[in-house]
Amino acid sequence: MSLAARIAMERPDFTVDITLDAADGEVVGLLGPNGSGKSTTLRCLAGLESPRSGNIIISGTVVEDSSGGVDLAPAQRSVGYVFQDYLLFPHLTVLDNVAFGPRARGVAKRDAEAAAQTWLERFEIADLADRKPGQLSGGQAQRVALARALVTDPDLLLLDEPLAALDAGTRASVRSVLRRHLSGVRGAVVLVTHDPLDAMVLADRVVVLEQGQVVQVGTPADVARRPASTYVAQLVGVNLLRGEAQDGLVSVGDAVVAVGDRRIAGPVIVAIRPEAISVHHQRPEGSARNTWPGRITSLEARGDLVRVEVDSVPPLAAIVTPGAVAELALHEGAEVWLSVKAVDLDVYPA
Amino acid sequence: MTSSPARARRVTPIPIGILAAIAVALLGIPLIGLVLRTPWSRLPDILTSPVATEALRLSLLCSVAATAVAIVLGIPLAWVLARAKVPGVPVVRALVTLPLVLPPVVGGVALLIAFGRRGLVGQYLYDWFGVQLPFSTAGVIIAEAFVAMPFLVITVEGALRSADPRFEEAAATLGASRWHILRRVTLPLIAPAIVAGAVLAWARALGEFGATITFAGNLPGVTQTMPLAVYAALDTDREVAFALSMILLAVSLAVLIALRDRYLRRGAS
Amino acid sequence: MTIRLGPVGRPSRAGRALPLTLALGLLCAVAGCTSSPPNSTITVGAAASLTDVFSDIAEAFTAAHPDTTVTFTFAGSSTIAEQVRQGAPIDAFASAGTAPMSPLVGEGLVNGVVDFATNSLQIATPKNNPARIQSLADLPNATYVVCQLEVPCGAAASELFARNSVPLAPSSYESDVRAVLTKVIADEVDAGLVYVTDVLSAGGVVTGVDIPAEDNITTTYQAAVVRDTGASEAATLFVEFLTTDEAQAILAAAGFGAP
Repeated sequence: MSLAARIAMERPDFTVDITLDAADGEVVGLLGPNGSGKSTTLRCLAGLESPRSGNIIISGTVVEDSSGGVDLAPAQRSVGYVFQDYLLFPHLTVLDNVAFGPRARGVAKRDAEAAAQTWLERFEIADLADRKPGQLSGGQAQRVALARALVTDPDLLLLDEPLAALDAGTRASVRSVLRRHLSGVRGAVVLVTHDPLDAMVLADRVVVLEQGQVVQVGTPADVARRPASTYVAQLVGVNLLRGEAQDGLVSVGDAVVAVGDRRIAGPVIVAIRPEAISVHHQRPEGSARNTWPGRITSLEARGDLVRVEVDSVPPLAAIVTPGAVAELALHEGAEVWLSVKAVDLDVYPA
Repeated sequence: MTSSPARARRVTPIPIGILAAIAVALLGIPLIGLVLRTPWSRLPDILTSPVATEALRLSLLCSVAATAVAIVLGIPLAWVLARAKVPGVPVVRALVTLPLVLPPVVGGVALLIAFGRRGLVGQYLYDWFGVQLPFSTAGVIIAEAFVAMPFLVITVEGALRSADPRFEEAAATLGASRWHILRRVTLPLIAPAIVAGAVLAWARALGEFGATITFAGNLPGVTQTMPLAVYAALDTDREVAFALSMILLAVSLAVLIALRDRYLRRGAS
Repeated sequence: MTIRLGPVGRPSRAGRALPLTLALGLLCAVAGCTSSPPNSTITVGAAASLTDVFSDIAEAFTAAHPDTTVTFTFAGSSTIAEQVRQGAPIDAFASAGTAPMSPLVGEGLVNGVVDFATNSLQIATPKNNPARIQSLADLPNATYVVCQLEVPCGAAASELFARNSVPLAPSSYESDVRAVLTKVIADEVDAGLVYVTDVLSAGGVVTGVDIPAEDNITTTYQAAVVRDTGASEAATLFVEFLTTDEAQAILAAAGFGAP
């Protein structure tokens, strides 16, 4: 394990208690809303803050042990940190920024600049070497910040909301480029974000935080398909139902949902992806076993698609194309029928 | 300014305009008067006279030295005031601000009490090393540093307080020692404030009179700086006093223009 | 107001005098006339060396002229002279030495010039003369100060040194003789050139070192009335008072010589 950490601290409304680990080359995404303590966790890993109690081991070195009185300063930990707003030194050129780490550790100027140059080339920004941070675009600045953090070959790379400082337009392209760069990092990578899409795309493993506690850990696909709580489901935009399963039927309150799996029994969670739900004017005939009537409560654009929320029993959200909205003349207050095939449902023990 | 009078009248309320005009007159007329009454024809002779050259040389030497003292001692003090978490910082800050409001002559008297021949510290300097700060050029530098250093300390402390501490955090994560961070990150980031503070301190040192004449004395070539020379000239040859004053005004104006340029550039970036 | 006549015949003498006196008094009060000069304040600009003795003289003067208030401004004589030239509100000028006074006479700014005292120079040292100064010749090896050369005290000092062939190289030129005295009292210097009257006025706090009369410089003090100040009458009275026996006695007691 490149990183093994257990961190506890107090927040105004709740207590944070996180266990986190990451292997070399693994990207772990810490996902949670703002104020959940994830940024503070990152700062504790770096040594910028001290947790109430904590135990952090990076590549076999105990950098933090509150019971043993160990608390290494950031400069003594093999950690690289990319801040949310990059914090590139405004009075230094890009090259000097990237060479800062080695030079601070006593490397000769020429060698440090050569190392910096290598990394700039790796990120395809070598032509920016003489520019000042104020002359860079958001995406360029992010790459410089990343290069600056990686040039010292840290055992642990930390990224704080890596895409938050970018405007929506550049975020998508930078996200995929960042994915590529992160996969090439030698050490462990921990990134924190409140945007589920960032976690899904960038992370190999997702750790979901709710109210300071870890509520789910898994690959992005797992978490998206099988959210362990309503909160996670909302996070990833999935419809979540809780009920009792028996013989392929799940009673959710007054409604009954037919799921494909006949073996599962007892308290379960049913996850329905909004894309799997279709919207009709009348009750549909056909193989779909689950249908619900309801009134549309909201229509919301989500990228190229539209999210339709309906006050059915249970309340559900579907995602349809704008074309479908036009064709069906969907509007708030319209009465519709929702249907989903049993095979498109995910059901798992609660 | 090329707005037409009609536009100005519409924008500026009349009472404010009148008061502003009075303020301009109060500040401007004496300075314009100085320019008008300067004996321009005698200026070359006066400027090359021993009194003037000595006083000018002394003023430049002492003000620059006092500024250097202010920088070397003032920046660490500003750092402590802004960053150190020790009790008593407000007391120290009040102490540092005191020379700003103290009448300069009072400052001179206090310096005598401390560093005079029979002073609290001065007596040991005199008895053990034969060093007497009053009547020496070093005394002038000390008097000027006393009144000028607060300007630098306050400017730099303000900049340190408003500087983003996260740059220093970033440097720490990159492995920099505290000394390296100070040298390569903290100080360069507040460099404009240091320059501004140094210029303010230098201007104050250049114009210092009360503390200098009380503590250091008045001897041409040793302690008679420009302001003291002007004062002495008032009793002998007023035109010489005007001419020397004109030189000080020109120097101050040059500094002001240079500083404005820096502020303008900073505002634009 | 009725005039009560006596029971019979002409009014009594007292009765006759009373209304007359009352009428005159009323008239005088309205016209502002009294038996002495009207109520006034005069400002006297005087040499710094006159600081202490002039307050005593002012007391005596006010005793003789109760309705006149005297205020002073003390500085180097040439400084005061310059102020007079610039039109400062000074009604009378008392100068140490004739040098500051004569230009003002030539420019017609003052009149009624009188010599009222003389003074000579003395070396003042901190109490008990720690540096063992015994004469002018000892000064170049010590730390000493003199008045700036523009004021009479300084000019006299310069002349004194020249007359005695001692090089003049003080540590500082102070603005007036009182500033010199202050430095000596504070033991900031080994010695200072002041007037004998200054040493006397400092009491035992400073020790004086005499300069032989034949080597010394005599400074003659002059006083004059500044013209066109509106207080000329009272100012003239003050200047004249300086030559009275009473004032001369006060001056002698302070160590000044006869004019």
